[in-house]
Amino acid sequence: MSTTSSPFPLLIVALPFLAAFAGLLLSRWPRTRRPQPGAAEAKGQEAGHQHRGGNRRAAWIAVLPTAVSAALALWLAAAQGFAFFAERAVDPVGADYGEIVTGTVPITLTLQADALSGVLGVLVTLVALAVQVYSVGYLHDDRRYPSYSAFISLFTSAMLLVVYSGDLLVLYVGWEVMGLCSYLLIGHWWEDRSNSRAAVKAFLVTRLGDVGFLFGIFVLGISADSFRIADVLAKVPEMSTATLVTATMLLLAGVAGKSAQVPLHTWLPDAMAGPTPISALIHAATMVAAGIFIVARLFPAFLGARPTLDVLAVMAALGMLGAALAALAQDDLKRVLAYSTISQLSYMAGGLAAGSDHAAIFHLLTHGAFKALLFLCAGAVIHHVGSNLMSQMGGLRRELPVTFAATTIGFAALMGLPPASGFFSKDSLLLAMDGAVSGAALTDAAALLLYASALATVVVTGAYSARAWLRTFFGPGRTIALPEPQPGTAHVVDTREAPPTMLIPIVLLAVPALLLGFAGGLHLDVGVATISVVLALLGSGVVYAFWRGDPVADPARILGPFRVPCERAFYVDSVYAALFVRPILALSRLVVSTDDRVVDGAVRGSGRTARGLSGVLRLAQNGNVQLYVSGVLAGVLLIVVGAVMFA
Amino acid sequence: MSGLSWLPVALLAVPLLGALLLLAPPPALRRTLRLYGLAVSGVVLVLAAIMVATFEYGQAARMQFTLDLPWIPGLGVRFHLGVDGISLPLVALTALLTFLCFVYLGVGDGRGQGQLLRPRAGGSRPRALVFTLLVLEVGMIGTFLALDLLLFFVFFEIVLIPMYFLIAVWGGKARRAAAVKFILYTLLGSVVMLLGLLFIWAQAGTLDMVELAARHGAGMSRAVQVIAFLAVGIGLAVKTPMWPLHTWLPDAHTEAPTVGSVLLAGVLLKMGTYGFARIAIPVLPEGAAALAPWLGALAVVGIIYGSLACLAQRDLKRMIAYSSVGHMGFVLLGFATLTTVGINGALFANVAHGLITGLLFFLAGAIKERYSTADMPSITGLLATLPHLGSVLTFAAIASLGLPGLAGFWGEMLALLGAFDPAEALSRPLFLTFMVIGGLGAVLTAAYFLVMLSRVTHGLPGSKAVPVPPGTVLAASGPGDEATGPEASLAIGPSDETADARLEKTGERIGLLSHMPDIRRYEMAAWVPLIVLILLFGLWPGLLLSLTTPAVEALLGVVS
Repeated sequence: MSTTSSPFPLLIVALPFLAAFAGLLLSRWPRTRRPQPGAAEAKGQEAGHQHRGGNRRAAWIAVLPTAVSAALALWLAAAQGFAFFAERAVDPVGADYGEIVTGTVPITLTLQADALSGVLGVLVTLVALAVQVYSVGYLHDDRRYPSYSAFISLFTSAMLLVVYSGDLLVLYVGWEVMGLCSYLLIGHWWEDRSNSRAAVKAFLVTRLGDVGFLFGIFVLGISADSFRIADVLAKVPEMSTATLVTATMLLLAGVAGKSAQVPLHTWLPDAMAGPTPISALIHAATMVAAGIFIVARLFPAFLGARPTLDVLAVMAALGMLGAALAALAQDDLKRVLAYSTISQLSYMAGGLAAGSDHAAIFHLLTHGAFKALLFLCAGAVIHHVGSNLMSQMGGLRRELPVTFAATTIGFAALMGLPPASGFFSKDSLLLAMDGAVSGAALTDAAALLLYASALATVVVTGAYSARAWLRTFFGPGRTIALPEPQPGTAHVVDTREAPPTMLIPIVLLAVPALLLGFAGGLHLDVGVATISVVLALLGSGVVYAFWRGDPVADPARILGPFRVPCERAFYVDSVYAALFVRPILALSRLVVSTDDRVVDGAVRGSGRTARGLSGVLRLAQNGNVQLYVSGVLAGVLLIVVGAVMFA
Repeated sequence: MSGLSWLPVALLAVPLLGALLLLAPPPALRRTLRLYGLAVSGVVLVLAAIMVATFEYGQAARMQFTLDLPWIPGLGVRFHLGVDGISLPLVALTALLTFLCFVYLGVGDGRGQGQLLRPRAGGSRPRALVFTLLVLEVGMIGTFLALDLLLFFVFFEIVLIPMYFLIAVWGGKARRAAAVKFILYTLLGSVVMLLGLLFIWAQAGTLDMVELAARHGAGMSRAVQVIAFLAVGIGLAVKTPMWPLHTWLPDAHTEAPTVGSVLLAGVLLKMGTYGFARIAIPVLPEGAAALAPWLGALAVVGIIYGSLACLAQRDLKRMIAYSSVGHMGFVLLGFATLTTVGINGALFANVAHGLITGLLFFLAGAIKERYSTADMPSITGLLATLPHLGSVLTFAAIASLGLPGLAGFWGEMLALLGAFDPAEALSRPLFLTFMVIGGLGAVLTAAYFLVMLSRVTHGLPGSKAVPVPPGTVLAASGPGDEATGPEASLAIGPSDETADARLEKTGERIGLLSHMPDIRRYEMAAWVPLIVLILLFGLWPGLLLSLTTPAVEALLGVVS
């Protein structure tokens, strides 16, 4: 395949990157002085005015480049005719920007768009644009809005680098920078210690996976003698199965970390400590999808490594059902959506394991749209109520009609009800898993486990979606005047609906969440589709029945004795803390005391010994010339013997 | 390339003459002192910049700007200087960091005098400080320019004396013990290294590093090479420092003044690793091959050990010092692989560490100056109190934990890549194990830096920290006197206080907090170049790699 030269991928990546720097450096230029405490009253308002002016400038710096990038990405994908949906290959479009010598395999700076990265670029830029616009309203009097929007721009740029990169190591750069932005944005309200802890956890857990990912890149790059993705994929048929299994297993560690898959999924629910738009953009629609994307990008390598696909299938099967059950028991609306994200990402991973990268990416796209929509709606609800907890919501459908309609579309897509987009993509995933049971890609046990788990998850998905929907928008209103919100929750506003900068992105995202399913060109398998719809309705019907019985009580009580384990997500966090965190901290304390007592103690001890020895030596310095001469002779003798022996 | 051979001499002569001029005691000099140091180191920086500009990049493997004069003819010791792709970045780094130290000391912050002339406990002795720093610069640049084994050793030793005084005179509370430990430890290492160098001389018959490197160990038996590598290696390892020879470092760093810490971490540690690249590995290839597994093992132990030690530290400066042990572990691992890519990575990590850790020590110094303590639990909410300082600290910590896109990443990544595919003489499974341990060390590195950031920059500003209003208390107590820090102020028992009184105190504290100066002008001037270079090398690693690759290939004898 020849690359058509085009500067567009570079422009799409570079624009948000430059916007990030401009936003950080220029938003407050010229620098406003902080008011002195004495004159705080008089200057307070002025300063407030100034930071609002800075926020406005930062908003323009953030939104405009993202909008241009989105337009370019759309144009690029349209020029290729959205080839991904038609399942045809196109020549990549992009350019080479030179090579970096390393002493072994060089790093090539290639940015290119093919069918897969073309559509994903559109998803990333559009969701980022929606979130940037939404954030203008959501954080309109946050003092730190400029840095916040700059970090989103940096994130957008990093994710686009992952999408368009033609080289594995360049991709890794974007991959890690995304993790950094995630860290910075989860910790946006760092006054609260728990937010700070959540940010650190997210970074460390993903970084643990990323080390494996980097080693996987080494294995592929050294065996293919190139880090270029195209060259690596061309060499896959020549690689031994052992190499492929090693490489893909290592890559899988990074995938599990980034896409919050079992066993590295624990950071994602905690990441909801960040502002809600961040949960929508990074922790639902784009960054967490990067793991799925990378498997699809290197899919030939994964297809050559069957054991890896089996592992992936088991991980996915465990993850999708476990996370869905955990979602059913959460009281925090954002944590429901977070566990739901883990579950849906496991669906995509399952689709990949079943051998259908197309279905997985299709679901990635629709999920990106409807989950971002759900989070933005949740943000509007939280903005209105002033709390994340569903036990403090209820009856909001009259107060927030637009949000209610949009959320309904989002949940319909999540449950997989026709005609919402999720219905079609979930159907193609289930079809792929169905095929895997009789196919040869997976071992029978793994395929069966995967398919059974997927069907069970459909039921649970229906249940938790219905529960969240009912408890938020129906039943008696529980909104009461709340005290001043803690840092970490949004500020309460008086308006009935959210401001237009928040509503417009919601309405615009509702369109693809509803209709994107038709882009795939209606390949329906009526049998599978019927089963999944019936199962989803079954799950939601049971919840509805319980809810009707007592609209105030939590329908999660259907879980009975399993409710607490589900709410605590099966105690994985506690197990990890006991197994890894505490031993490492204990070890580090041990190292510090050892360093002082043993390693440095030996040094100090040798100092004392030297002083003692010098006392002995002093005996030799008695002024006796004969003794000195014999000493010198003995030394010369020793040196001569040594020289003869070594010469 | 003889046209500019005066350049290396000038790089040494300018700071040396500058220092000697200070010995002439006109009292009038005191007024211009802060400009004086700035001017002299500025000239050195310009000379280094000329060198960088006129270096022939197509010939990075060849020694350029060479000067070869007989020095001690009786012994065959020659005054042989030169620069290639390996030493050029280090010379430039040294000139830059020294200049930035003078900027930090000498540029005022709007109230007239800079740090240099500010009174402190025990007298500030500004003239002696400028003198010391200039002599230090001579030694550091000389080490990177020298191409004669004994000349190298002379410069290597020259550095110790001014650094000793820097710690012992301008250091913190426990400065004497730290300085004595520093000098004894490193002198002991140097003696062992000198024995090794003399052994090489005795065996090979020459002290010329270029010629020795070109021979690739021919003429020396394996046993000789092993012994020589061991001796030279121990001397260099003390300086680097390699685990378990590192214990002088935390004390020296904690007690050294800010500029001392910056130069210690930024340049002095590099002299040890530079010795591996310039002498130990190319001159003694068989010895290196024999001992590389040990070097690699100690390197990865250092990575894990250093990271774990950081995780439990309370003192910010001590934590950064231990982080150097971990980072230098990556550098040594790169050398131990004996591959072009590994040594490239080591050299890259070297320069990156100089920039990043230099910046970190500047920041730690600034924090210690403001809070009069570097105890992490007593500093909280830095981002709320001093948002700009907190942001730069975040940047530096993230650069140091090896985030791709910043300078810290490429060196560590290439060192690990080298360990993935080590030289043929080495055991691959062993180095794969090293690679995995090193990778886990990278996670631990991220862990301690993030925990540090979480402790120091996040949260609400200190209920514990009692900040010092600028200029008043600080001037009297000096940054070293921790006894007057938070512990003393907190000693007021809460029992005899009413809640109102406590509330009032908190209010006062918050009032004081808002008086604390954020980044000052001279700090900005000293830090911005470092930040820019960290970004530059991170985004365009080819700048450095294209320079070192041919030189490393030539040293390893790889036919390119």
